[in-house]
Amino acid sequence: MLFRFTLFLSALLCSLQSYAASGLKEVELHDLYFGEVLYFAYQDLHFDALARLDTELSQYYELDESHLDPFNNHLSQAEFSVGDIELQYRMNQRAGRAIQAVLGEGLDLATRNQAALALARVFYKKNDPASTLYALDLIREEPDKTRYESKYSLDVLRGKEPETFKTDVAYLRALASIDTGQFTEAVKILQSLKGEKILKGYVLYNLGIALLQSGKEKEGLAVFDELGKLEYSDDGLLALKDKTNLKLAYYTLDKGNTKKARKYFERVRIDGPFSNRALLGAGWVAVSEGRFDRALVTWSILHKRAETNYSVQEVLMAVPYAYGKLNAHGNAANLYDHAMDVFAREIASLDDSIKTIRKGKFLVALLDEKSNKDKNWVVNLRALPDSPETRYILELMASHDFQESYKNYKDLAELRHHIERWLSDLRVYEEMIEIRRAYQEPLLPVVEKKFVKLDVRIKLRLEQRENLATKIKNMLIAPRPEYLATATERVALDVVKAFEEIIATNPSLVDQQVQARVKRLRGVLLWQIRSDYDQRLTDAYNNLVSLDKIIKQLKITYNSFIRTRQAATQSYEGYTIPIRQLRTRLFSAQRKLKGVMAKQGRLLETMAINELDKRRKRLEEYQIKARFALAESYDRATKAQLDAEIVKQTQANASVKASDEPPAEVQEAPVEQEEAVQEPPQSDQSSEDEEESSSSFKQQLLSR
Amino acid sequence: MMLKKSLTNFLVPIFFSIVFIPAALQAAEVTKEQVKGLDEQVQDIKKDVLELTSELSRLEEKLLFPSNTQVSLFVSVIGDEGFVLDSMQIKMDNKVVAQHLYTFKEVEALRAGGVQRIYTGNIKTGDHQFVASFIGRAKSGNEYQRSENFKVTKAVGPKFVEIQITGSSASDQTISIKDW
Repeated sequence: MLFRFTLFLSALLCSLQSYAASGLKEVELHDLYFGEVLYFAYQDLHFDALARLDTELSQYYELDESHLDPFNNHLSQAEFSVGDIELQYRMNQRAGRAIQAVLGEGLDLATRNQAALALARVFYKKNDPASTLYALDLIREEPDKTRYESKYSLDVLRGKEPETFKTDVAYLRALASIDTGQFTEAVKILQSLKGEKILKGYVLYNLGIALLQSGKEKEGLAVFDELGKLEYSDDGLLALKDKTNLKLAYYTLDKGNTKKARKYFERVRIDGPFSNRALLGAGWVAVSEGRFDRALVTWSILHKRAETNYSVQEVLMAVPYAYGKLNAHGNAANLYDHAMDVFAREIASLDDSIKTIRKGKFLVALLDEKSNKDKNWVVNLRALPDSPETRYILELMASHDFQESYKNYKDLAELRHHIERWLSDLRVYEEMIEIRRAYQEPLLPVVEKKFVKLDVRIKLRLEQRENLATKIKNMLIAPRPEYLATATERVALDVVKAFEEIIATNPSLVDQQVQARVKRLRGVLLWQIRSDYDQRLTDAYNNLVSLDKIIKQLKITYNSFIRTRQAATQSYEGYTIPIRQLRTRLFSAQRKLKGVMAKQGRLLETMAINELDKRRKRLEEYQIKARFALAESYDRATKAQLDAEIVKQTQANASVKASDEPPAEVQEAPVEQEEAVQEPPQSDQSSEDEEESSSSFKQQLLSR
Repeated sequence: MMLKKSLTNFLVPIFFSIVFIPAALQAAEVTKEQVKGLDEQVQDIKKDVLELTSELSRLEEKLLFPSNTQVSLFVSVIGDEGFVLDSMQIKMDNKVVAQHLYTFKEVEALRAGGVQRIYTGNIKTGDHQFVASFIGRAKSGNEYQRSENFKVTKAVGPKFVEIQITGSSASDQTISIKDW
């Protein structure tokens, strides 16, 4: 019983995530690739989001100066998101570890608390309520609301209102408390959450359960009654309201309070998902009051509905039963006959469905591409040729185990596709590498030879530039006009110097006039060099600046060439071993995946076949009972006809006698009242609580 | 001979009844432990394939888009919620390099703050002309088209460009470029 509650509560808990509104709030994106992760995560493409995030994180941790990488700004967010996305990808084990790791890093309180809540959800999903409570206890104090606005979970990034944090924590604590048997604690928390609008119906439902479990039956029923009367517009809450009313109705019916039971049954919507059970129950209420005609009114509505439904199948037997009670044995016989036809048809359909599943068509249909687009695909797949009749297994398909197995199967199929694509890509990459090698290898030595020569020249020129720059810098401190003399001036100065040496060694060879001319010549030259020095120095500096621009361009081209040369080598070197290793690992993963996928597929098939078989057996039992009931109805109809004949005959004889004899006291013909010994329809053996309650009630009723 | 025939008549139905036991009898019960055990195995495989995918993605990027030639274009949508992006086209040096039609989920993901990598390719260093165009519509059904030219200067390292679609109303959406 408690387990059933847990399943239902889990569904409610999961439904909470859908409250997240859209719209990024106050989150500044510092890294485009993290934005890409969010793009995938928001589309629920968990595998792509995780693969991208893993890549980014591993690249980040390999960097020498990782703090300079823009991804550094999202690091905490990313570490936390890994766990969050993994949780959504149903990798509970890894998600738990990831979130625990974040918890251990001593981050700020808001992040820690969000992480603790996420961890608690992981534990709750793993049916571990004790650990859920432990994780919730890690939330130390209520953090400042504003601190949540730019942090950290995907829900928060999506714009989830931060104030729901406290509510989420309390609600989860209440659910975990129910699961651990701490009903008083759960009641206390749920009472405090009664005002929460978004949880309104769910809080009342769980509060009712907690009260009932803690022995406060009256209060629990009052809460259920309150929930059953509330007005909702949301489909989920309307269904919850119907379910509550149905539970209450069968509960009160079992207690023998038919009046209240009728009231609760009447609250259930006639077009809702629980209407069939409500109509069936309402009929049994009428039967318990001995109003078989009234039971027929509600059952007749149900009688026309889809014959694959449990309640409808039961009513196929219940309607002729009621007719039998009303002594309409002819009608009863006809309807039993109709029921037998329906059961035979349904059994044949179930057999076909089982065969189809055994042929593997079910798994093929489950993986059809349409399943990604059509939410009701599992229901609609019966429309496909060679597909099983899924109406029989809708309840099974809605169950947690089936859903998880189905999602796992789909995930495995997606992973298989990824592996196949990578294996195929690796073949292409190898070919690409070989083509590159064939092209680059002969070219590179020639290019390298030319590069060596150019490299020497470039280095020489760069050295020359450095010398010039040093000289100009020194001239700013100590002027050296001769450094800036032109080539003609240098030659002229050399000639003058040669003349001066001759004059110095043999003054007799040169007259005074020539000596004076040489002197004047030197003076002219020095005048020219020194008077133009400032302008020449400015020109030299400007030329150096122009040279630097050219050298800068040269360095860019040089570095670009170096990178291109490196890239050319790297385009085909160093891939062979990694590709070989990756391929081996891919093959190993593929083998493992095939095995698990086959097991998962068999499990799904077995689940479906078991369910269909259960339905089949139930219908077979109905069929046998219908056969006996039909025979009995015929007997009774014949007997009634015979009795009527006898009565008629007796009356005729009496009137003849009366005409012959003096009038005597008229004897009333004994009309046999039918005893309630007719075989009652078999109670529904469905797993649903309602049907169990219904059957126990019916047993009492029928034995009465 | 007579005995053999009668024996055959007796054994054949038994054989068939053994071989073709009703399907229902062959189906074993599914236990919680089985479901849980398989789920754990599936999680292990997911972990393996994710690790492999991460390594392979890095290898692929290194092989196909070396950092010295790599250029990546990203699309983000900031602004009016009434605007629905339908399609996007990117031209690089007068050649269409990327086209994308958006699904409902993709539009929602962009609106929520996700960034789409629309193109990754290789270009040489220097200046390149890009044209980004989009078609979108307002909730009223009015269609809007915009196109914007921009220049991207590719240096030695990888180049990342974000194409932002911004505007205060559906009719007012513009394209701007952010160089990363």
